[in-house]
Amino acid sequence: MFQNALPNGIRFYLPEFLGPVHLPTVLPYVAILAIIGFVLAIVPGLIYIERVVMALMQDRTGPNRVGPRGLLQTLADGVKIFFKEEILPKSVDVRIYYLAPIITLIPALTAGAVLPIQMFYFIKGAHVNLPSLSLVDANGAAFNFVLGEGSLLAVPFTVGNVNIGLLYVLAMSSLQAYGVVLAGWSSNNKYSLLGGLRASAQLISYELAMGLSLLCVIILAGSLQLDKIVEAQNILPFGIEGLPSILKGSVFSWFWLGSLGIPVIIYTIAMIAETNRAPFDLPEAEAELIAGFMTEYTSMKYAIFFMGEYATMLTVSGLNAAVFWGGYLPPLNIAPFTLVPGFVWFILKIMGGIWLYVWLRSTLPRLRYDSLMDLGWKKLLPLALFWLFLLAGFTLVRELGTEAKPTASVASEIRTVSH
Amino acid sequence: MNVENIIFWILAVVSIIASLWMVSTRNAVRSALFLVLTFLCMAVFYILLSAQFIAAVQVIVYAGAIMVLFLFVIMLLNLSAPQALKEKGGFQARVSVLLGVGFIAALFSTGFTMTFQTTKTASDLYNLRLIPDNPDMPNVVLPENIGTVETIGRHLFHPSQPWLFPFELTSILLLVAVIGAIILAKRNV
Repeated sequence: MFQNALPNGIRFYLPEFLGPVHLPTVLPYVAILAIIGFVLAIVPGLIYIERVVMALMQDRTGPNRVGPRGLLQTLADGVKIFFKEEILPKSVDVRIYYLAPIITLIPALTAGAVLPIQMFYFIKGAHVNLPSLSLVDANGAAFNFVLGEGSLLAVPFTVGNVNIGLLYVLAMSSLQAYGVVLAGWSSNNKYSLLGGLRASAQLISYELAMGLSLLCVIILAGSLQLDKIVEAQNILPFGIEGLPSILKGSVFSWFWLGSLGIPVIIYTIAMIAETNRAPFDLPEAEAELIAGFMTEYTSMKYAIFFMGEYATMLTVSGLNAAVFWGGYLPPLNIAPFTLVPGFVWFILKIMGGIWLYVWLRSTLPRLRYDSLMDLGWKKLLPLALFWLFLLAGFTLVRELGTEAKPTASVASEIRTVSH
Repeated sequence: MNVENIIFWILAVVSIIASLWMVSTRNAVRSALFLVLTFLCMAVFYILLSAQFIAAVQVIVYAGAIMVLFLFVIMLLNLSAPQALKEKGGFQARVSVLLGVGFIAALFSTGFTMTFQTTKTASDLYNLRLIPDNPDMPNVVLPENIGTVETIGRHLFHPSQPWLFPFELTSILLLVAVIGAIILAKRNV
């Protein structure tokens, strides 16, 4: 009876109190541990997936010796790397040399704090008013659904649902450059230094295109808060009235299509370049620079670089999933899809991003350095800028045409301020 | 003492030590890194003052972009050797000490003569155009959302506000600087 009224037919929800524990208060703190645990635990899995998928694409067997289907291979590699000899080169800048791997790992882990998953809590009592917690959808309506003798409350499940979520992720990913740059400098090795220099130039070049492609979505969503960006995708495709409700919040209403296709391509290219993965892995190009900035690193420090790389891949894929691919929304607003809880969809979409990484790595050759810079500065950046103006124009025309409600209320508020 | 105060005092000490180290170390890369640490501390200060947007921009622009470029240049010139930074001393050093002492003296004299208001009065906020003019409320605490993107955007870009023109003027200034840099670089090639 009531379920028809729920957004995307949500059937997965938690009680408000689990014994004496107030879940909406406690779960964000649990999420801190969950994110760190998830990222660190899933890295061996990702490496296994990468090796298997690449073997599949290159028509070879891949890992198949340790454990069933080679599942324990990365675990064995992990144990091996723990026990490797740790070599400290003679003329390194010791403090910075030790700090660099940590700097690559920490921002990647902290950036995961704002990625949203929606949780629904069943709250006893007729109408609960928790405006600080309740989500507001794109039309300004709060998700607060009466359900039997209580109501269902939608709460963004993040560690910190900050107002500047998207900027926070960008800030963290821009800090990531330091790890690579400092590793290259402190190793006191020409190859490392060249790797670090390449990494910093590459990061700065592609950050611009990435930021502009995300700005396109910010214009459409009207917020920097990631859960609001996801909720702004929970509409009929392009906001056209009269389409069947199966399409509400479906794959066609997500921002990959809503921003007319180009920003998601730009973002995807930029995110691969930001994480220094093939075909943009020039900072560690083995044919030219041995291992680039990682040349002088051994044992666990080397492993931490890898962890940082995979954690960054997870974070930027998570941002891609939340911003362009509907976050926790199911692909179609109909029974078998909506029965699956939101975080499963979110993780599936992140894994799709990881698949893309592996796919591109095994199919594309590495770029030459000048073509890398050409692509970033002369192709992606102007295209992203053009698309930003295009979408801004569309949005302006639409707002003027419909005399949108939030704009009007802003105007009146400003008028009372300045009278 | 609440959490904000504890964070502030810890980070105040950290930022002062980092900035002192930044000017005193002979190693250019370390100096740049301590400057980054100072910037990050300042970003946290902005958050404590509930200016979230400025905090994020501080990290993205200063710590993320400008300092990475600084490091890039330092590495490119390979200033790793400490003796490369030896100052010639003389005139510039003496003037900078003089100006520094003057600045600190000015700062202290303001600190002693002025008493800072922790809560702004309503008329102050009205003069800053942050709240409606309301004489019934003599003292108001700054609203929580004062530093959010929405508030800043509304006050910067709305036509009824006085800051749209200066903002556009600033962006034109930056554009001129960008074009000038390109022209200068092209002439040298």
